[in-house]
Amino acid sequence: MTVETIGQASATKPANQKLAIADCDIHPSPKSVEREIFPYLSKRWQDHYQTYGMLLRQPYQAGPAYPKGQPDAARRDAYGPNGEKPGSDLEFMRKHHLDPYNVQLGVLNPLKSGQGLQNPDFAAAYCKAINDWQIAEWTSKEARLKGSVCLPYEDGFLSAQEIERRAGDTNFIQAFMLIRTSEPMGNRRYWPIFSACQDANLPLAVHAFGFGGTPVTGGGWPSYYTEDMVGHSQSAQSLVSSMVLEGVFERWPKLKLIIVEAGFAWAPSLSWRLDRIWAQNRQELPHVKRPPSEYMAEHIWYTTQPFEEPDRRGHLKDVFEWIGWDKLLFATDYPHWDFDDPTRIPLPRATDEQKEGFFLGNARSLYGI
Amino acid sequence: MPYPPVGAIDCDLHPAVPSIKALLPYLDDHWRDMVIQRGVHELDSISYPKNAPISARPDWKPEVGKAGQDLVRLRKEALDGFGTKFAICNCLYGVQLLYTEDMAYAFARAVNDWIATEWLDKEPRLRASIVVSPQNPDYAAAEIDRMAVDKRFVQVLMLVMDEMPLGRRRYWPIYRAAERNGLPVGIHAGSAYRHPVTSVGWPTYYAEDSAAQSQAFQTTLTSLITEGVFAEFPELKVVLLESGFAWLPAHLWRLGKFWRGLRMETPWVDRHPLEIAKDHVRLTIQPYDAPPRPDDLEKLIEHFDSDEMLLFSSDYPHWHYEGNNAIPDGISRALQNKICYDNPLATYPRLKEAVT
Repeated sequence: MTVETIGQASATKPANQKLAIADCDIHPSPKSVEREIFPYLSKRWQDHYQTYGMLLRQPYQAGPAYPKGQPDAARRDAYGPNGEKPGSDLEFMRKHHLDPYNVQLGVLNPLKSGQGLQNPDFAAAYCKAINDWQIAEWTSKEARLKGSVCLPYEDGFLSAQEIERRAGDTNFIQAFMLIRTSEPMGNRRYWPIFSACQDANLPLAVHAFGFGGTPVTGGGWPSYYTEDMVGHSQSAQSLVSSMVLEGVFERWPKLKLIIVEAGFAWAPSLSWRLDRIWAQNRQELPHVKRPPSEYMAEHIWYTTQPFEEPDRRGHLKDVFEWIGWDKLLFATDYPHWDFDDPTRIPLPRATDEQKEGFFLGNARSLYGI
Repeated sequence: MPYPPVGAIDCDLHPAVPSIKALLPYLDDHWRDMVIQRGVHELDSISYPKNAPISARPDWKPEVGKAGQDLVRLRKEALDGFGTKFAICNCLYGVQLLYTEDMAYAFARAVNDWIATEWLDKEPRLRASIVVSPQNPDYAAAEIDRMAVDKRFVQVLMLVMDEMPLGRRRYWPIYRAAERNGLPVGIHAGSAYRHPVTSVGWPTYYAEDSAAQSQAFQTTLTSLITEGVFAEFPELKVVLLESGFAWLPAHLWRLGKFWRGLRMETPWVDRHPLEIAKDHVRLTIQPYDAPPRPDDLEKLIEHFDSDEMLLFSSDYPHWHYEGNNAIPDGISRALQNKICYDNPLATYPRLKEAVT
């Protein structure tokens, strides 16, 4: 959908259109798994895919138990001229998205990438294939696009291997996992990922969704897709709590974490809450040396789609200032239905420098390109 | 932080069941036998470990027994201490955590009769919430009808994390009974621990469990709104207890954004969620989780776009502040008066009746 902002869209200056942007959340898909992914899978895993499919910790073989708002959660206009799947055709993506929005840096975040598969060896093999495919079909053909190292993240050791394999490869600018892990992300099973990311100097992006198998609320499974979608921000809050309170940023002081598509306006209130809880429970947390808000401010970035839309834009300005303008990264979520249009989001009043950073500069300095 | 003004209404304090033995006189013969014969242990939830800092402020903690178990001390420390006109007892004995629904029903009844006799009969400033067993919503509704006859019970009490999200239709008999009796539903921090407290699994540290409570309140509010609880029960008010409140505006912006995009899914949600919350949802102020700087708090309060949502609570005997400084800096005198008197009276009709 195009973003509807009641009484606000018209106030946004169309001058934004000329801005160069970084889009920190673009979702590429293969046109056909057999044609595009199989070349990078061994015979064993090709056969496994044909026999069992992609078994996740969810009830259905074909898709999520909460039907999306649109087929494949896609914009209706994102299908290619010959009916190609949304996000599957580079030439169409250039014409439809990269050129008109002047995307100078597009970060590819593949979703059906093998992450969260029940079989960890299959997950590792499939993620590796997806990473090879990103180079072959996307980044080697289009310099504006950069890939993400998809991790079979439920296995820390295999994930670290994949990060080491891609270290120094300029096709990739971040490591990539999903928020809904099977245990809170600060837990020790994931620590090899943090070591490997720090060593490879790759930020770690964590995207909404995932297949941990636990309900999206602490009180069980909700009824509606709306609740599942809104729930990503609560999952992200639990993730951040875990990372901070396990002392991850104390142990890996150069680790950079990017929260993708899970909101950002919740971050200030979480940081205030964690500071108070930390102050009260120091006995339990000797490994957390500083107030949680300091770790959050130093180590965490947020992509902004879906952009929070209070009725009064001044309220969002408070939030931007609490988080820090330099920690927010513009993203569209192309080709998905809840796409944010850079010319229409109700950005708070900003200086030219803040605006440039928000749309491009923050991403460039984070990724060092 | 300032003191609450004298005569404030304290919407959340916690008398403690000293031991399961105290409930024996209030259980029927069968359940009294069961407790003794089976050696039923104390129903103290892991949400409040006995000696964890949150569970009892050091100067409110007795040498022996639990903080909040002694009426004389509660009277002196909480009621006289804050100069409160009324205080609402929310008993957190872990009735909701039991797996056997008839046992839970028996304990809910016992706790309510115990509160009436041991607390309300002895102290006229006290009011209480009706403890119910959400394990069986029909039993819960029956207990609401039974206790609501006593006008000193001003609310129904649930925990924020149960078997299912609280908006689910399964729970609607509880909301129907609450609305029928003119009672708000108080939803308190805590869990029946049917699921991990986070959506990403069981945490390592108690601190994470504490942090997760506000996420649970967010998803619960999402559930109540999207399922249509407030459309079905237009008179119902929900009070979030020990929920924190700083998260509310940002959460409703996000819910509102998805509602705009997906309202075909829940057509009964006919207004922006923030508008629904302003009419139906109230939050207590302790534990205070808002910004440390008063000018930031003033900005945050603006984000609520309402001065009617916050209610004063001491959260006695839990430890969140020192002395009687239960009101955060940065709340104007006018808003303090709303939080401490007007809003509680508007939320709890039975308190208003008692005042007039």
